[in-house]
Amino acid sequence: MKPSAELIAGLNERFNHAVIAFVGDDGYPLSVATGFRAEPERGVVLLDDVAGAEVQPPEGERVNVVFSHIRPQPGVGYDERRYVSLWGALRRDNGRLELRPDRVHQWDEQEMSFFEFSERGVPQARRYMKRLSAETGRDVRPRLSFGWLFLRATRLPFLSATLVPVLLGIAVAALADDFSFWVALLTLIGGACIHLGVNVANDIFDTRSGADQANVNPTQFSGGSRVILYGLLSMRQMVLLSIGFYGIGIGIGIALAAWRGWELLWIGVAGALISVFYTAPPLKLVHRGMGEIAVALGFGPIMALGAYFVQTGEYDREPLLASIPVGILIALILYVNEVPDQPADASVGKRTLPVRLSREAVVRGYVGAVAVTFALIAALAVAGLTARPTLIALAAAPLALPVVRTLRESYDNPYALMPAMGRNIQLHVVTGALLILGYVIAIVADAALEDPPMFLT
Amino acid sequence: MGALPESVEELLDTALVAEVTVIDPSGLPVTHPLIPLYDGELIYLTSSVLFSKKLEHIKANPKVSLAISDPAAVTVEQFRRATIQGDATVDDSDLHSGWEQRVLPLWRKKEPAIDFFLGKRVALPLFFERAIIEIRPTKTFLWDGGHTDRPPKVFELRKAL
Repeated sequence: MKPSAELIAGLNERFNHAVIAFVGDDGYPLSVATGFRAEPERGVVLLDDVAGAEVQPPEGERVNVVFSHIRPQPGVGYDERRYVSLWGALRRDNGRLELRPDRVHQWDEQEMSFFEFSERGVPQARRYMKRLSAETGRDVRPRLSFGWLFLRATRLPFLSATLVPVLLGIAVAALADDFSFWVALLTLIGGACIHLGVNVANDIFDTRSGADQANVNPTQFSGGSRVILYGLLSMRQMVLLSIGFYGIGIGIGIALAAWRGWELLWIGVAGALISVFYTAPPLKLVHRGMGEIAVALGFGPIMALGAYFVQTGEYDREPLLASIPVGILIALILYVNEVPDQPADASVGKRTLPVRLSREAVVRGYVGAVAVTFALIAALAVAGLTARPTLIALAAAPLALPVVRTLRESYDNPYALMPAMGRNIQLHVVTGALLILGYVIAIVADAALEDPPMFLT
Repeated sequence: MGALPESVEELLDTALVAEVTVIDPSGLPVTHPLIPLYDGELIYLTSSVLFSKKLEHIKANPKVSLAISDPAAVTVEQFRRATIQGDATVDDSDLHSGWEQRVLPLWRKKEPAIDFFLGKRVALPLFFERAIIEIRPTKTFLWDGGHTDRPPKVFELRKAL
């Protein structure tokens, strides 16, 4: 790539010296620091001459001139890393050395985050390890300890998305005087296995479609686990892992259905289909802007209704209604996490909502969905369609404010969005926990008081 | 006293960055800013596999040079600049933990925050798959006061075996 006039002009401000590197007669590279002045209008950099026959840069030959800067941070290390590396032929002009660069390589951590800079190096890392494997005859791969690898491959921290609706469904059932601890535990394990199976399957299909490779701005909340992309696990290992989780989850589901009633399979089949076709062809729901709806259904009503059914042996309106706000909030986690992924998603035809909508529409959509969520929580509780103490979940609403603010201010900056993504997950977890607490309060009031007041029912 | 002149060793001991030049397959010099580490005999650099082209270049042509040039990146009483030429080898026999055993203590002295980042290895697993570059110095140029408009002092060192 040829350096732009803007880049050359910036050298004067951004760097205080240059280093000329060339190959000497003995075949060794030699590098000499010197002063410089960039002349962008002429497209050249004038370098101060250096003294000494042995260190004279060769005239007329291509050299590498590097400008490098760091700011030391005592006791920590350094920051403000940046460098510009130029190549071109040198010629002598009025006692100075004139470089007319024709190629540039550069990095400035204030323009491109270190995470993105690193991510762009992944293909080179894979090539290097592949070559090293061929040279040494051993399989050279990156490694992580089992615990960290499991956490990363399964995206374990996102399990809260399952815990909240399942516990909510169980709580609604418990208020109806149906509760078995062991069935609840099995339900949680089964739901968690299906969820982890989905997460792993999602990575498999995103790697196959090229979405993860195209994404150079992954964060801890978005961009997938990347374990296949990094070579931490093979595609085969991930497929086996996904099948394993699905197998356990489906097995538990069938066992619960056999014990409680085969009607549970309706919910189970719906959940399994949504989870598989979330990224798998031919439906690829997330590619069609339907990922949010799929996630809202799967991690809202389906989980809650299933958990309720295995406790009570019947379906009911209340767990369905109580889980709708939770479903919307989990969909909003996906929605916000898709914002930094949108360039990569768009490049592989993954038409998520943030890909389809304008920035303003995405933010408006978020605000609207949050408003609907908390209005629903209030309306359902006031109408007595859900336990009234669930009104305490309204206390979580302010958690949405910093998310909206950050979306407005840092929409195009994936790493600045990270706190908002974290806060958005908190919004789901805290709201869900307060809804469950609301039911627990109602259960306790029901057990402790003969005629509990209306606001505790 | 180590393998290098004392004034150069002082630079190496404190420098937070050095410009390391390798030669690419077309014969062109390519320079990378890296943290130089020194144990009194060899100069060590460490490179992630993410940025491993330099490792391939060194394997093909082990001749390298390393310049310490930035007054802001060193803490010596009287500033000077130095360039060290040498023969490099790449140790990538244990990318995962070889560098931790061999160069992390030296790295930690210059960049204490590396322990924090290493604790987050799960977030950047490939960054911490690293090769070690060992440079055996063969020749050193020293510019007192950093004045490269004056000829350098030249120190011929023992050739690499």
